[in-house]
Amino acid sequence: MPAESAVPDALARPFPVLGAAPPLGRGRRLPFLSLTIIGGFVLVALLADVLSPADPEAQSLRARFTPPVWDARGTWAHVLGTDRLGRDLLARVIWGARVSLMAGVLTVLLASAFGAAVGLVAGYYRGRVDAALMRVTDATMSFPVILLALILAVTVGPSFTNVVIAIAVILWARYARVVRGQVLTLMELDFITQARIAGASAWRIITRHLLPNTLNTLVVLITLQIGYVIIVEASLSFLGAGIPPPTPAWGSMIAEGRDFVTSAWWVSFFPGLAILLVVLAFNLLGDWLRDTLDPKLRQL
Amino acid sequence: MLRFVLARLVQSLVALAILTVVVFVLARATGDPLQLILPMSASEEDYANARQYLGLDRPYVEQYFSFVGKALTGDFGNSLRARRPVIELIRDRLPNSLKLAAFAMTVSLLMAFPLGVLAAVRKGTAIDRAAQVIAVLGQSLPTFWVAIVLIEVVAGRLQWLPAAGNERLASYVLPGFTLGWFVVAGMMRLLRSGMLEVLDSEYVKLARVKGVAEHRVVWLHALKNALIPVVTFAGIYFSILVTTAIVVETVFAWPGLGRLAYEAITSRDFPVIQAVVLTTAAIVALVNLSVDCLYAFIDPRIRYAG
Repeated sequence: MPAESAVPDALARPFPVLGAAPPLGRGRRLPFLSLTIIGGFVLVALLADVLSPADPEAQSLRARFTPPVWDARGTWAHVLGTDRLGRDLLARVIWGARVSLMAGVLTVLLASAFGAAVGLVAGYYRGRVDAALMRVTDATMSFPVILLALILAVTVGPSFTNVVIAIAVILWARYARVVRGQVLTLMELDFITQARIAGASAWRIITRHLLPNTLNTLVVLITLQIGYVIIVEASLSFLGAGIPPPTPAWGSMIAEGRDFVTSAWWVSFFPGLAILLVVLAFNLLGDWLRDTLDPKLRQL
Repeated sequence: MLRFVLARLVQSLVALAILTVVVFVLARATGDPLQLILPMSASEEDYANARQYLGLDRPYVEQYFSFVGKALTGDFGNSLRARRPVIELIRDRLPNSLKLAAFAMTVSLLMAFPLGVLAAVRKGTAIDRAAQVIAVLGQSLPTFWVAIVLIEVVAGRLQWLPAAGNERLASYVLPGFTLGWFVVAGMMRLLRSGMLEVLDSEYVKLARVKGVAEHRVVWLHALKNALIPVVTFAGIYFSILVTTAIVVETVFAWPGLGRLAYEAITSRDFPVIQAVVLTTAAIVALVNLSVDCLYAFIDPRIRYAG
């Protein structure tokens, strides 16, 4: 009885409580700009092998610090210029999209799945189970994400997997809190009592009745947090605790260009611009989704 | 009220206790600390002696309680790198971090207030959109990139402000702004939606009917009530500030806890890492506790909701 099978079934029914969402098209325009940017970056990440003009790790000491093509010294061979080792920046930004998007999406999916499960269980059983789970949630929330990731990076070694785990291990708490809050409200409502009287099992109530009613909020939170996770991942790579070189990650590219900002601004500028565009798009999309699906949700 | 405060206090203490277990386990799970302390040439016997001397041969439970007992009295051992008691390092750095956090919080409030209120009053206009763009931009720009750009342009080319250190008030501006801007978006949005709700309420209409000047209605009557949700989220803003400060302090060479943590981690200075994590968590917990109590004080319904 996997949870996945329960979701689409339940989705087909109208959301009885929190789903006061107006149908699309009634005065709410889709956020085309964000969707285009996100779609563009997803395509770039998927097709990195095809689109990349060069090997992102190929060095060429002769072509070091070539400026972008519009500069007098630039060439079409390196549209966005090259870095300290003569690596093509466009290729590195393109391959970096794959790393950043994968880290963002994977982390948030892991965290939200675990957090939602904890929140559902805590809200459903209440009492001691709730108290115990919420204390663990509190403890988790008071642990600075970047600190834990740094500890893991130094002790276990920096890697893509460790970054994802380190962030997810902290991030789930926010989902647990929000989902639990909603479940507590839902539990007071008649349809849950009726389901109980009808003899529905705990599993059934949780997956069929509670989970679908928290999905709106989950979708909004997930979207809003992808941007945050991409920034945290970039910060870790910047501090040298993220995805280890020579793999192109936007954060570490900015760090590599940091000492040459005065003479070769483009090395740090373009990866920063890429982060800005993607995160901005996710934030705007998240805002739009919140206003559309769950206007009462308050969070960062 | 007293019962609420006590219950919340116990909750915070339990959360902190869980955290000490995690920190303790992480510290033990990540390899033999002796390999970091003892020289390469140390013999088996040296290891055994050191283990006994440091109490590492005792059962884990016993080690844990002695760790907690010492931590409670402020004894976190000696820094492996600085060869000084960890508590001294914390005492040196903590005030700097708190000052920067306070400055950043002020910056974000100074930005969020006018932006949030203006956006609500001019809902749907270009001003509203501009205010939201400024806010969401701060949230979408990686702080370290903003820091690099500010250091290069404002401190480097224009030479207006210092790029590093914390001696003068002017040194606070760049790191404080970088850190503060990052959390403006959340605060501004809460204020905006709060204001929109309040401006639509009966008592604001009454104030207007009575002939109260519009700016008094907005900035006094309405803002006061739109503030409540911002207060409840103050704890979360603070914990995000603390986390982000690690990056910002590192880039601006700010002698605070964040940079201490970064230095300690890169040199595998475990006693310092433990102490920084616990200190940070204790401060975050304390702030959250005070925020909750403040909220319960403002809004009595919370006290009975459990």
